[in-house]
Amino acid sequence: MTTLVIAEHDNASIKGATLNTVAAAAAIGGDVHVLVAGANAAAAAQAAAQIAGVSKVLHADGASLENGLAENLTAQVLAVADAYSHLLFPATSNGKNVAPRVAAKLDVAQVSDITKVVSADTFERPIYAGNAIATVQATDAKKVITVRATGFDAVAATGGSAAVESIAAVADSGKSSFVSREVSKSDRPELTAAKIIVSGGRALGSEEKFQEVITPLADKLGAAIGASRAAVDAGYAPNDLQVGQTGKIVAPDLYLALGISGAIQHLAGMKDSKVIVAVNKDEEAPIFSVADYGLVADLFAAVPELIEKV
Amino acid sequence: MTKVLVPVKRVVDKDIKVRVKSDNTGVDIANVKHSMNPFDEIAVEEAVRLKEKGAASEVIVVSVGVAQAQETLRTALAIGADRAILVETADEVQPLAVAKILKALVDKEQPGLVLLGKQAIDDDSNQTGQMLAALTDLPQATFASKVEVADGKATVTREVDSGLETITVSLPAVITTDLRLNEPRYVTLPNIMKAKKKPLENIKPADLGVDAAPRLKTLKVSEPPKRSAGIKVPDVATLVDKLKNEAKVI
Repeated sequence: MTTLVIAEHDNASIKGATLNTVAAAAAIGGDVHVLVAGANAAAAAQAAAQIAGVSKVLHADGASLENGLAENLTAQVLAVADAYSHLLFPATSNGKNVAPRVAAKLDVAQVSDITKVVSADTFERPIYAGNAIATVQATDAKKVITVRATGFDAVAATGGSAAVESIAAVADSGKSSFVSREVSKSDRPELTAAKIIVSGGRALGSEEKFQEVITPLADKLGAAIGASRAAVDAGYAPNDLQVGQTGKIVAPDLYLALGISGAIQHLAGMKDSKVIVAVNKDEEAPIFSVADYGLVADLFAAVPELIEKV
Repeated sequence: MTKVLVPVKRVVDKDIKVRVKSDNTGVDIANVKHSMNPFDEIAVEEAVRLKEKGAASEVIVVSVGVAQAQETLRTALAIGADRAILVETADEVQPLAVAKILKALVDKEQPGLVLLGKQAIDDDSNQTGQMLAALTDLPQATFASKVEVADGKATVTREVDSGLETITVSLPAVITTDLRLNEPRYVTLPNIMKAKKKPLENIKPADLGVDAAPRLKTLKVSEPPKRSAGIKVPDVATLVDKLKNEAKVI
């Protein structure tokens, strides 16, 4: 039994979610290999070889793999899939894009967003926006799985000494091509990896107010900034900051929900945070049902005071 | 372009907080309001807009599931779809099986584009579109927030973790919708009445020669761990004190 983890990387370095996925692979048992498929990704492959518990790194390098197009990456995974009992992807936008394509090509079911490994074929996963936990058994011979990063503690990024084996990159499918990328620039900690998240909702009222109120508090705490869907839809914050069932799933040590009512879909993305603080004018807001500390107050008064006192 | 195929799913309404059954066999969805999966509404809306722009000739909606999924299909017809297909079964149909059923329909209908929601809010799988693309060997563009169709290809802006990404896919293709793609229209009473007269074909998975047996066995469904009750603090000073000295998180 050997597990292949498909690395999330930017060609130069390995993304954090890969480390949580390796942890899930370790929980399954058996050898753990990592596939780094990219272009000029030798640095990422070297980094993958350092990950604790990884015994081999497969490095496929070619122009077809530069932008993680689903058709090409799927072909690359299929080229090596025979040797593996389990194929694990981080449940990132890339992992979710490719894993089901791989599973269908192998004619196996895929298990999405697992939060716990019960045994080599049985896993826990949240359904209905996290309002229920299903324990599912995959009956196919090969298991294709995406791993929710917040469900597993990351393994150490160093301490391993895996061999790196170069494999041939697949040819381009010709079915799709990359045009451009608009990356949100930020010096802040990455939302999904941050220890503290300051998150704003509709009550902020405008993009300017969102910036004016949320940013200084996040600066003071060294926190990442998140947002509810209402705030994103209203244009107060960019899409990639959305926390929730269909946005990012986070579980920081401290989650500050400011002016967020706490819809089911938002709670799905943050209710595994260690400590939740809610500041809201409406004392009936559902967010208070999950908050460890709740403050019924006008956030435009409370947040500046908070910045001053922390 | 000729046709657009839009699969839609009947799910428990997004505003309902479901309860886990006491025998842990599943969630209690009897007598609970059901609606069209919100991402599918966005897919139907996008397909109808493509038709209104002259980029599509016909919008076909399809649902796989129980007889009541007819209501979901009627809603899609009221939004503006031209005809509907119900693949009726009372059994559980998992994403791989749905993708196989849809593949059979793609083979039959030969659409130029298949538009699906990125995920269903009940099983939260986010698999069917990608699986359909794999089985039909078509290119895929998932999590779309903008779609432009021209010259035998689609240019799609996708919502990815780091921001936005734009790709082009040759048609036919499979596209899955994200929340930001559009704002679905409200259905009007005259359109609901008109929708009742539009064709709705009823078939069975076996008619398509598809084995829809589940590959994942649900052993148990349980309540998520409950958070211990929190407290309300009277002021900011107390909040900061609690965070520093009790929770020790700042």
